[in-house]
Amino acid sequence: MLFGLGLAISGMVNPAKVLGFLDVAGNWDPTLAFVMLGALGVTAPAFYIILKRPAPWFAPRFELSTRKDIEPRLVSGAALFGVGWGLAGLCPGPAVTDLVTINGSVALFVAAMLAGMLLHDRMSAHWQSRFAADRSG
Amino acid sequence: MQTTFTPYSGLLGGALIGFAAVLLLVANGRIAGISSIIGGLLTRPTTDIGWRIAFVCGLGLGACSYRLIAGEWFAVDSAATWPVMLTAGLFVGFGTRMGGGCTSGHGVCGLARLSPRSLVATLVFMASGMLTVFVTRHLLD
Repeated sequence: MLFGLGLAISGMVNPAKVLGFLDVAGNWDPTLAFVMLGALGVTAPAFYIILKRPAPWFAPRFELSTRKDIEPRLVSGAALFGVGWGLAGLCPGPAVTDLVTINGSVALFVAAMLAGMLLHDRMSAHWQSRFAADRSG
Repeated sequence: MQTTFTPYSGLLGGALIGFAAVLLLVANGRIAGISSIIGGLLTRPTTDIGWRIAFVCGLGLGACSYRLIAGEWFAVDSAATWPVMLTAGLFVGFGTRMGGGCTSGHGVCGLARLSPRSLVATLVFMASGMLTVFVTRHLLD
């Protein structure tokens, strides 16, 4: 709820504001940078303190990625995501939040996003099994 | 469409987003990455589904509480046509699964943990987003 309210207050639920930030060559709207600053101002110190605890309140352990390697998958995935973000001005959080306003084009975006996620997972499962078959056979 | 710079509501909204991410981490030990939360619902719909559904519903409820407080819905202005929205959605879905995160997971949570992968991902999707807008707004129009 706090996340959704925060998105709404920050204006990041509005694709036009996100595109205004990405449009560095036009009438630049730096609001998104301030949203990131506001969020990191809270998360950075709080995460530092929290992660010194042995475990969270209601779970046996923290579920965190410990990977540090920069591989092609990470970079190309982020690049593809950026293209979609720049086309629509929507990323997953605001898109799902905007669904409550019953907006047809946002609903189409979310449906396509879910399809994109499924497509990726299908393809990557397929490649992994092909790879495993090649190695064993 | 042009928008105006709103630093104070940006900072306040950002702080709330940060606070929400802190709560999820200290309570459940999870990273508030929306694409991963939704992705988990799609691909492993049998395991630890409760908190994911609760979080996604909370996003909607947060938006509704804004409606109650402000008295009107926030603006959702988009000039994108349906084919553009469809393409964009596919890219965002595929890209966030492949890259392991989106603006919230890599940008807000990953940077806070000083994760080098998240820093690279955030810089790449910001650059790629800016380039996309530059091409669509200034080169094609």
